[in-house]
Order: sequence, then structure tokens, then C-alpha cells
Amino acid sequence: MEYLIGIQGQDFVLVAADTIAANSIIQMKHDHDKMFKLSEKILMLCVGEAGDTVQFAEYIQKNVQLYKMRNGYELSPAAAANFTRKNLADYLRSRTPYHVNLLLAGYDEQAGPALYYMDYMSALAKAPFAAHGYGAFLTLSILDRYYKPDLTRDEAVELLKMCLEELKQRFILSLPSFNVRLIDKDGIKDLEKLPITA
Amino acid sequence: MALQDICRQPHTPAFPLSRKWNDPISLALDGGDTNTVLGRGGFATLPFYMPLTANTGFKKPPLRPRTPHPAPPNQIPKRAAVAVPFELAHGTTTLSFKFQGGVIAAADTRSSCAGYVECPTAEKVIPIHSHLVGTTSGTSADCMLWKRILSRECRLYQLRNKVPLTVKGTAKLLSAALSPFKGTELCVAATLCGWDRTGPSLHYVYSDGTRLEGQLFSVGSGSPYAYSVLDREYRFDMSVPEAYALARNAVYHATHRDAYSGGCVDLYHVTECGWRKIGRDNLLPVYYEKKGGGEVRGF
Repeated sequence: MEYLIGIQGQDFVLVAADTIAANSIIQMKHDHDKMFKLSEKILMLCVGEAGDTVQFAEYIQKNVQLYKMRNGYELSPAAAANFTRKNLADYLRSRTPYHVNLLLAGYDEQAGPALYYMDYMSALAKAPFAAHGYGAFLTLSILDRYYKPDLTRDEAVELLKMCLEELKQRFILSLPSFNVRLIDKDGIKDLEKLPITA
Repeated sequence: MALQDICRQPHTPAFPLSRKWNDPISLALDGGDTNTVLGRGGFATLPFYMPLTANTGFKKPPLRPRTPHPAPPNQIPKRAAVAVPFELAHGTTTLSFKFQGGVIAAADTRSSCAGYVECPTAEKVIPIHSHLVGTTSGTSADCMLWKRILSRECRLYQLRNKVPLTVKGTAKLLSAALSPFKGTELCVAATLCGWDRTGPSLHYVYSDGTRLEGQLFSVGSGSPYAYSVLDREYRFDMSVPEAYALARNAVYHATHRDAYSGGCVDLYHVTECGWRKIGRDNLLPVYYEKKGGGEVRGF
């Protein structure tokens, strides 16, 4: 039902998530934000079981901020991703595992942009593009075909729009709106919500 | 009062209340006087002082290091070991929405249990404190218990921290209190409708961990029917009588279609001065009036 997508460019990462919060057949909220800001240049997109998503995401968010308070500098995206993975793995074989699927996107001064794919089994992979949800089945091959490592910002947005068009055309569930954000050396920027309403 | 001194509250009454509990007061069905605060017996059950300015000059509480998500206490197994002796009550229609005049909460009054109507005059909207009501859905016993626990915890928070909890904070408190029971048979789906220092506030809390903030929520087996009526006519800038009529109509239509909802409709209105019960209207004669082509006042 829920959909996340991330596309990494040369010096930015573009991420988008749908904005529906549903409960069985009812849409309870149309403007739900599934992105959690871990730091000035790291965003975590989180979908999965109700309750687990917000609980786990806020736990990671607060711990990343605590690290900054204690040590005076922020975690890099790679470190944050591995920290998140470790926590997910620790709870995996407990009696209360978190069933969450994540995308972690960030910009590091030294290493550049980074996009990490993590699933509920706590598998972690750094990838140039990634998606979660049923929508991923429909959009991953579009990304395979048209992605280039040296995408400009506009080209990445066009690629994203292509993916969302495909969902609108072929996915049986309606996902009417998406939050889109861009992370680069200047931080996290909100882009126009898609699809563009008149 | 000693407690007022501890909490550094002024001695003047916060609400413009000068009525005694047994003063005869007429409640108009529509419109109504939002300056007086009335609860059972004429007073709000737990009078809290709501400072209208945000700055109270108190220090923030210290940062406490977080511990990881704790394991549920007493090792509660994922499935209940003992079968419940009878099916717990689940069916209901409750709704709540924010609008320019505050927050409205409405619910039906049928408490059903395994195909019987266990109580035709249940109370599904429960006041938590002077400025917060909660609608209950799911298992009625669980909801009532957790609402009482929430009242206690809100009061303790206010006494300890000298600032009342916001509705958002109350929702988080309830969600955190319910989280150890995730995966068990506990079922509480509540909307917290209140007015705090940030204005009118509406939060939905479900025992599976969902916690959402919004303008309009309907919960329960009759909620799809209520949602459809609400979505057609809801506007933020409705007048107060329009809001009352919309809430009653939505519950009425849901009780008509849903077998597990019925009885009467309870209507509560929360404003800056607190919550007020607007009334309880029997829905059965409404159906016959409307069927006969008549207009029903207040619907």
C-alpha cells in the first residue's frame, strides 16, 4: 500500500514517499509525512507495521540527536545507516521485532550523497536508487532503464515523475499525493508535492 | 486551596463560572452558550487551569537518557492463554472533527456483545479533564479503564511539571502506555479531542501503535458510513449549529446502516473554556420522521 522511492544523483539525493495513512480500507489521513529528519542532512523514510514505524523511527531520530549532543558533531549517513541496521537486527530475534522498511538518504561532506536501502530483516545495501512497497515492482525497472549516475536535479525529478505516472496507470490502489524532498550540501529542501494539483 | 498553592495557580476562578451545581440552566439544542462550562452536576469533572498565554516561566524538565524499547512486562505471551468467556464489545460509531468553533465529538450509544445489544445507553465519549474528551471504540471495558488511567496520568503530569499536558502529549502518553500490550487482545481506538495552549487539537490513538493528528476522524465499525456523510459536507468554517447537525447526521446514517451501532447520539463540544455535553438525542424517531418526509430539528 505504501510507497517509498529514492534516487541518488552526483551531488544530491531525491526521495519521495506517499502521504496516505490508512487503516484497513479507510484512508485516515491524506497528508501524513513518512520522512523523519535524523539530522540536518540525513532523512529516514519509514513504512511498515502501524505503530512500529513511528516508534522505531523516533527512537533512531532521538539517538542520532543525542550522539550530536554528547560528541559535538553529527553522525555521517553511513554511520547512521549502520546504527539503524544494528538496532533493527538486535530486535529481530527478540519477541518484539520491528516490522519496518526504510530508506535512509543523506549527504556527507567528504563522501558525498548516499542512499541506503534497509528492509525489515535488517538487510542493508547502499544503492544508487531504491524503492519500497508494491509500487516498487512497477517502478524498479523504469529506474534500471533510465537511471544515469550523473543525473541533474531536473532529470531526477523527471525520472521520479515517470515512476509516479506508471503507478497512476498500473497500480490498482490510488496514491494521490507524494511528499518530495531533496538533500544536497545545503541541507534538506522540500520540493513541490506531486502530482501537481491545479 | 492547598493544591492551588502548590501549582502556583491564581485564586480567582479560571472559568467565568458563578453558578452552583443545582442552578436551573436551560440548554439550547443549537447554538448554545459557549461561555459556561458544564459537566455532570454543573462543574467540569477535573477543573484544570488553562493559562491562556503560553509562557509560564517554569524551567524545562531535564533531558533523560532514553532506553531502548522495553520488553513487555510480565512476559505477556503473543496469544492469550485463556479464552475470553464471551466476546468483548467492539461495534461502534464515533466521530470527531475540528472546525472554527472548536472541536466536536459525537458517538452512538449502543454497546454490542456477540450479537446482543449489551447496553443501549452506553457512554462512549468520556471526559478526561476539563479541556479534553476522548471518544472510545474497540473493547469498551479496555477504553474505560485506559481513559481513567489517562485522567490520572494527566493530573500527575500537571502536578509534577506545573504545566498541563498538551493533547499531543496526552496522545503520546496513551500510546506509550498501550504499547506493551501490542499483539494482545487489548483493543482501544480513541480520539482525543481537546483544547490546549496550542488551540484546538485532535489526535487518534490506536492500541496497535498508530498515532495520528488530523482535522477529522471517525472510528469504529460504522465509521465508513460516517466518513462518507462527513466528507460530503465538512468545511472548517462551518457555524456551530451546522457542525452539531453534521455530527448528528453522520452518526445517524452510520447507525442506520451498521448493525452494531444505534441507540442515541451523544454530542460534545470542546472550546477554550472546556468541554460541554450538548445533548443525547434518540435516533429511532429521527428515522421515522425522515422516512415520513419530515424535517428533524437539529439534524
